[in-house]
Amino acid sequence: MKIWILHIAVLLALVLAQLVLPPYHANNLSRILVLAVFAMGYNISFGYAGLLSLGHALLFAAGMYGAGMLVHHAGMPALPALIAGGLAGGAMAGLVGLLALRTAGVSFMIVTLMFAQVGFLSILYFNGVTGGDEGIALTGPQRQILGLDMTQDTPRFWVALILFAIALLVKLALVQSRFGRLMLAMRENEERSRMLGLNPFGIKLKILVISGVFSGVAGAAYALLFGYLGGSFASVQYSILPMLYVLLGGAGTVLGPLLGAGLMFYLVDFTSGLTSAYLMVVGAALVVLVLFAPKGILGTLRERWLPWLP
Amino acid sequence: MAAVILSAKALVRSFGGLRAVDGVDLDLLSGEIHALIGPNGAGKTTFVSLLSGRIAPDQGQITLAGEDITRLPAHLRVRKGIAYTFQITSIYPRLSVFDNVALAAQARGAGNLKAEVHAALLRVGMAELSNQEAATLSYGHQRLLEVAMGLALNPRVLILDEPTQGLASGEIAGFVALVRSLVPQTTVLLIEHNMDVVMDLAQRITVLNHGKVLAQGSPTEIRSNRAVQAAYLGVDHAET
Repeated sequence: MKIWILHIAVLLALVLAQLVLPPYHANNLSRILVLAVFAMGYNISFGYAGLLSLGHALLFAAGMYGAGMLVHHAGMPALPALIAGGLAGGAMAGLVGLLALRTAGVSFMIVTLMFAQVGFLSILYFNGVTGGDEGIALTGPQRQILGLDMTQDTPRFWVALILFAIALLVKLALVQSRFGRLMLAMRENEERSRMLGLNPFGIKLKILVISGVFSGVAGAAYALLFGYLGGSFASVQYSILPMLYVLLGGAGTVLGPLLGAGLMFYLVDFTSGLTSAYLMVVGAALVVLVLFAPKGILGTLRERWLPWLP
Repeated sequence: MAAVILSAKALVRSFGGLRAVDGVDLDLLSGEIHALIGPNGAGKTTFVSLLSGRIAPDQGQITLAGEDITRLPAHLRVRKGIAYTFQITSIYPRLSVFDNVALAAQARGAGNLKAEVHAALLRVGMAELSNQEAATLSYGHQRLLEVAMGLALNPRVLILDEPTQGLASGEIAGFVALVRSLVPQTTVLLIEHNMDVVMDLAQRITVLNHGKVLAQGSPTEIRSNRAVQAAYLGVDHAET
């Protein structure tokens, strides 16, 4: 019960934040919420099931292009395109998973990284359709969701928050379900699971597809809410970012990705105002994190004081 | 005579040049406790790994209640009722005792997880430890948790691989009583080094040596078998 109260309270705090924050920060919050949905997707496969993928940019991009191309080339309205983006992310994850899940550990990292690079290079190669390096800017009329105009800050925030809230509650229900227990079983002891009559390959494939749907929805939302899709979103940087968010906030915690995405976003925002070598500061912060709180912020909190935190 | 539930015919499995299991036949009778013994390196763990599907045989056939399961992957054999508990404790260390057993119960599609988990934990005497993290359990309790996970599968055949290894003598007495309470609903195949436990529990014993069946029979027959004595004690000792 207190678990649900906590998460609803977080959502209410986000509603409040929109009302009191100055426009610049409210706008940042919209981006953070969408990125947090992506990080939650990453957390499902990495944090809960122990699948260390270096290729989630491909799933984000699958959603982004799945939605963006339908809007741009086929004139599909934004809401169905958003759903199509989620499906594209899930389908791509299933396809990659069928092959990549034959490996584990370091090989899995490399295989997923390679698939993501294939996706990235394909986007650049087929620049006639994808816009390649330059990308595609979506126009105002293409960015209407349920009558809300995504070129305006406030409605954009509400759509970002609704998406985030759905993702958060779905994930919360997921990790507390029987399937959530299976996810942990994959992370903790795959061989034991097999000898309990579970099929690790099938379970991990499902986990990856769910992770892909989250990532795909996030990618699609990013394109529709902020009006741009480009090849850089399929680059390796966008595979690393969700991992950093998750590690910072706490792998295997429901709220960790939001916290990690928010902190990392503002760390970059703040330090890049001070120095052009801001990535060094970010790197130093991560080294400190790994040394002193390897389980991330919420992971450490859970270990010390809040054992009930999901 | 009781029906054969699990049967191995002429099983062979080699690792490189070593024939770890070399033409083993074994019939498990429904409801019996059958012990599998033999010196270190005799092929016992390899043999039960073939039965449970963790490794594939080079030759031979395995049937469960008449159905050929030789090519069936391990997780499907478990669903058909062959449970295996690991020689080296294999649990989910960072999950609670409850979650460990719940995974076993939900794997076979149990309806009421709470009740089923509680029942399995009661049988091994660990019901009050349900919320504890498995990694923090004593070694003896981890072994019992392993058994509880096996029980929660409601298996037809339970393969116990060196279950008393590392247990204190007081814990062993409780364990013997537990295994005895499982039959005849479950058939037990017990790999065990502790001869007191084997002689106490087993109705029949199969002795493996160098990957082959050396002898098979009741505890009394095995005890008086000279070939077995030789394999265990060395020929010189047996003669003196």
